Amino acid sequence: MFTRLPAVDDTSVSLSIDGKPIEARPGDSVAAALLAAGFHHCRTSAVSGALRAPYCMMGVCFDCLVIIDGVGNRQSCLVPVHEGMRVELQRGKRTPVA
Amino acid sequence: MTHTADAIVIGAGIHGCSTALHLALRGVKALVIEKDYAGRHASGVNAGGVRQLARHLAEVPLSVASMEIWERIRDIVDDDCGFEAHGQVLIAESETELDGFRTRVDDLRLRGFRHEELLDRTQLRHIVPAAAEHCVGGIVSRRDGAANPFRTTQAFRRKAIALGARFLEGVSVINLRRQGRAWRLETTHGSFEAANVVNAAGAWADHITAQVGEPVPLQVIAPMLMITAPMPSFVTPVVILRGRKLSFKQFANGTVLIGGGHLGRPFRNENRTELDWHKLSESTGTVAELFPIMAGSTIVRAWAGIEARMPDDIPVIGPSHTSEGIFHQFGFSAHGFQLGPGVGALMAELITTGATNVPIEPFRIQRFSEPQHSEHSQSGRQEPMN
Amino acid sequence: MSNALKTRYDVAVIGAGPAGLAAAAVTARAGLETIVLDENPSPGGQVYRAVTTTPLHATTVPGDDYRRGLDLVGELERSGAQLVSTAMVWSVSRELEIGISRNGSAQLLSARRIVLATGALERPFPVPGWTLPGVMTVGAAQTLLKSSGLVPRGSVVLAGLGPLLWLYAAQLLDAGASINAILETTPRRNLLSAVPYAPAFLLSPYFSKGLALLSRVRRRVRILRGATRIAALGDGQIQAVRFEAGGREMRLPVDNLLLHQGVAPNVNLAMSIGVEHRWDALQLCWRPIADEFGTTSIPGIAVAGDGAGICGAWAAEQRGRLAGLRIVNELAGGRVVEAPSEQSLRQSLRRWQLGRGFLDRLYQPAAQFRVPEDDAVIVCRCEEVTAGQIRHAVRIGCEGPNQLKSFLRCGMGPCQGRLCGLTVTELMAAERRVAPQAVGYYRLRPPVKPITLAELASLPQGDAAVSAVVRQ
Repeated sequence: MFTRLPAVDDTSVSLSIDGKPIEARPGDSVAAALLAAGFHHCRTSAVSGALRAPYCMMGVCFDCLVIIDGVGNRQSCLVPVHEGMRVELQRGKRTPVA
Repeated sequence: MTHTADAIVIGAGIHGCSTALHLALRGVKALVIEKDYAGRHASGVNAGGVRQLARHLAEVPLSVASMEIWERIRDIVDDDCGFEAHGQVLIAESETELDGFRTRVDDLRLRGFRHEELLDRTQLRHIVPAAAEHCVGGIVSRRDGAANPFRTTQAFRRKAIALGARFLEGVSVINLRRQGRAWRLETTHGSFEAANVVNAAGAWADHITAQVGEPVPLQVIAPMLMITAPMPSFVTPVVILRGRKLSFKQFANGTVLIGGGHLGRPFRNENRTELDWHKLSESTGTVAELFPIMAGSTIVRAWAGIEARMPDDIPVIGPSHTSEGIFHQFGFSAHGFQLGPGVGALMAELITTGATNVPIEPFRIQRFSEPQHSEHSQSGRQEPMN
Repeated sequence: MSNALKTRYDVAVIGAGPAGLAAAAVTARAGLETIVLDENPSPGGQVYRAVTTTPLHATTVPGDDYRRGLDLVGELERSGAQLVSTAMVWSVSRELEIGISRNGSAQLLSARRIVLATGALERPFPVPGWTLPGVMTVGAAQTLLKSSGLVPRGSVVLAGLGPLLWLYAAQLLDAGASINAILETTPRRNLLSAVPYAPAFLLSPYFSKGLALLSRVRRRVRILRGATRIAALGDGQIQAVRFEAGGREMRLPVDNLLLHQGVAPNVNLAMSIGVEHRWDALQLCWRPIADEFGTTSIPGIAVAGDGAGICGAWAAEQRGRLAGLRIVNELAGGRVVEAPSEQSLRQSLRRWQLGRGFLDRLYQPAAQFRVPEDDAVIVCRCEEVTAGQIRHAVRIGCEGPNQLKSFLRCGMGPCQGRLCGLTVTELMAAERRVAPQAVGYYRLRPPVKPITLAELASLPQGDAAVSAVVRQ
């Protein structure tokens, strides 16, 4: 749903989202990387199970919550990607195993 | 112009609202005067524990009587108040603690109270599978549980109104004076008179006792609570500790409420509290030790209510020692929620008949100025918080 | 860009947008020990988001105004202030104690003065389906553009009103992407109330910029004016947008629906501290009660920038400097400061505030998009509480947002009302037929951002002594 402009010439950061290997630009937020990789949603609501995706990209909506390296409820729009990061979509009341 | 009422109740927390309702059930239409709104303070923001477990001995008969009302709550206030009875468990973290619990349960049984049952290591794990390895057993009170405190307070208020009680919210009592055979209250919105006045003013109750020449050593406290983001269900009953401060409850929506009585700082004249993060930090350490699964949980909010604590950790319930027609119902020391329905019924009985079914002598207001009082101070010290 | 944190500073600035950067530069240059705390990985706030890391500098896409952010960051770096990024502030107390989290651990620090420069957030836009994946704010899309060089593809529809809508549309077109349609929602009568302020607007710097943008976009994109009854449709993801325009119902297939109807001060942190706010009937939002130096009702706490009231990036800088100047006078009185004089700051501010009267009236969002008519619309996104549920709660006696929290869990989710607070205040006011000021706002409690149990457990216990600080 989102594509990179030609001006972006470096996508050398390797990480995984739900086990799928993806590449991102250094400095991308996890949310940006997720959207760029073609994921349409990042979590299912703990209230109703509805699919949710990043909405505000500035840390106020809390819709972009994912599990990052085992820790849940992370606001993916505020966390920059790093090499080897393990991202999982947050499903319902799924709890992290820290 | 002075308004006269059958009775006046000061404070619309759970106790004030319950008393107003039970008076109305007996045909006495009370006027409730509340400085903020019903359930604004301790009654609306506590952990909602509906607990007979681990009570001070003096409170046990009251608590058991109140429990009977809880179990019929929908019939009484037309609202189930979110009450769910999945039990409450007091966990023993050492054999010494468990021995103490055994003694307590035996003692209660001798007195005719059977609501507490001892649990060994296996039995504990059956009820609380997520408890850490070092937990050796505990006590369970199976009929206990939790309810929604604000909703409960509001339900009592609504039903009281339906039965003829009147509520004046946003109105503060300025002073209280004898006027002939009645009491005259000056408030920020006019004067009111009644023959009987109930002081259910919570953390502000000492203002009222001072007006009738009965100063009490009331301490204003701000017990803190925290709530997490939703987690998959891993604990069913409410869990409490005695040796360390903890109370722990997971709701149906998966969020976990962490309490236990660590104190923040209250500013009662400003209706606000400040949290103590160091103590909350200590609390999280306790939680992680007891339930390892909690280590990765997320705290989304912390708060503290404004509550009254008495030095012996049991409330003040009963008639004024100095003034006829004044009744006290305050000082529940962070564990008054479950007692609300029962004490309200008791207060209405006391006012209308002059006597009560359940003994209230341990709660008399004059105990603080009696030379024997220091004995009472010892027994309630380790009280786990609601 | 961060080294070890001390536990005590002269000045703590929260937010590294224009106001925060400007305020901190002033106090640091005066020799006051200054720290700037920002939750993003790099400074700039929202308007200058990712200005130090954007892939787009070699292009013309974001425009010249964006580069102002680089000047401000440079000024801060030279001033001697300590900038700490990825620092999540979760608590500020009246005793000026700040709780922060970084890299999985938490700590407390205190300051003699605190400047809240937390900026603005986009107004909620509660329409049916606004929680569907594929629906996001225009600001969100702009952030993806600036920080990651990403553009939405497929059928892109923008809906709403306000300068940011046009700015982003122009940027998107300049980047080579296409826009299917813009559903413009400015109520016709707004023009009437805005016209008396037009002369001032014509004199302001906004005018020529705005006009150029508008005409560039109008030439290349289908604009549907007076759009009403907008609804996002789809199952698990947006598929279409339905709306009314020109007297008829229309439907467009959509891959990305971008919403924007103006910005409002992000009052979350200020409210949680207990700073007094009042309802602004023109901008239709809560703003802190503050003077021109940002002094609030809480001693030692100042607000600056859009967080004090929407004023735009340039005015935010000036207000940041004024707040900084006031602090320098109080803590380092008489010291020579390299900063514009108070007088020139005020003049500058006045110039940038010209034209706000016009914009605020022209772009006041329509009532139907602030108070949803459809009961099924989700108001509280976190807890999925609908407009109908809130109306019902009011009818059975809930008078304000705090009682609502206990009845419906509305406002009890992690966003703490950032996305629903304005809607709830206005919806309850409309239902009760009273002014928003009478309804009030959520009573907020920390942590204002979630912290893990592990982070809280990691709080250094040795700070307990520091907490007993006497405020200057």
